[in-house]
Amino acid sequence: MSSRQLKVKTLSLLVVMVLFGPMGDILLGKGMRRLGPVPGLQLSVLPNFLIRAFESGTVWLAISSLSVFFISYLLVLSWADFSFVQPSTSLGYGMVALLGYFVLGESISPTRWIGVLVICLGVFLVGQTPARTTELSASERQRANAIAATVSEIG
Amino acid sequence: MTPFVPFFFLVIVGAGTIGEISVSRAMKEIGEVHDFSPRNLISVFLRALRVPWMWLGVGLMACGFFALLLLLSFENVSFVVPVTAVSYAVGALGGKFLLGEKISRVRWLGVGLVCIGVTLVCIG
Repeated sequence: MSSRQLKVKTLSLLVVMVLFGPMGDILLGKGMRRLGPVPGLQLSVLPNFLIRAFESGTVWLAISSLSVFFISYLLVLSWADFSFVQPSTSLGYGMVALLGYFVLGESISPTRWIGVLVICLGVFLVGQTPARTTELSASERQRANAIAATVSEIG
Repeated sequence: MTPFVPFFFLVIVGAGTIGEISVSRAMKEIGEVHDFSPRNLISVFLRALRVPWMWLGVGLMACGFFALLLLLSFENVSFVVPVTAVSYAVGALGGKFLLGEKISRVRWLGVGLVCIGVTLVCIG
């Protein structure tokens, strides 16, 4: 596959992630709000409430949407660097706020909007740094040495 | 239910994060998957079921998900989801103090911003 094709494939999956993750959260919120507030945390009411939640079509639609997000996440991680994928997911937090505002009609104060923006920026920065800072494990070191030996033999 | 909001966040972030660490530990025990044929994936799945860490991880992640469901039954999505970003701070602190990872200055800056953002969302 050419690098251009790989780029298109990666970007398409990132778009899928940024859309389906937040959409799943929004649907989950919609489904649960329709049930009304959980009446209590006692074991006498909790299982019943959760069963009712799983009887809701919206909740299952949410779970499907979150599954699409999760599968795309796993797929894209199988070829792209974590440090490239993770910052892209920071957009999801802004997306949730936008969808909450426009789709669910939630009221969001200016302070909260600024908070969401700062969170996006923070998550983006967290992902900008190397995903791995610890030393290699013994088996990985062995494998790296073996590869280095083979390379020097070929050379 | 409002007094329980911090408790729900504790379960979502705490159980969710520890659950993910347990699952990743279980997957490390199984080893890297090279063969993606359906037959091999089924065998990987069956092996995963025999690792206790997997059961612990999946159980904890389920608890986190249930807590998210319950919290969303009375709180706005645009409040709940951004606040769960606090898991990045928990992850960095856990990585540093439990796993001995070195956290770069840029990552600390990111974690700091996430914390400020979460505070703004909470007071907003």
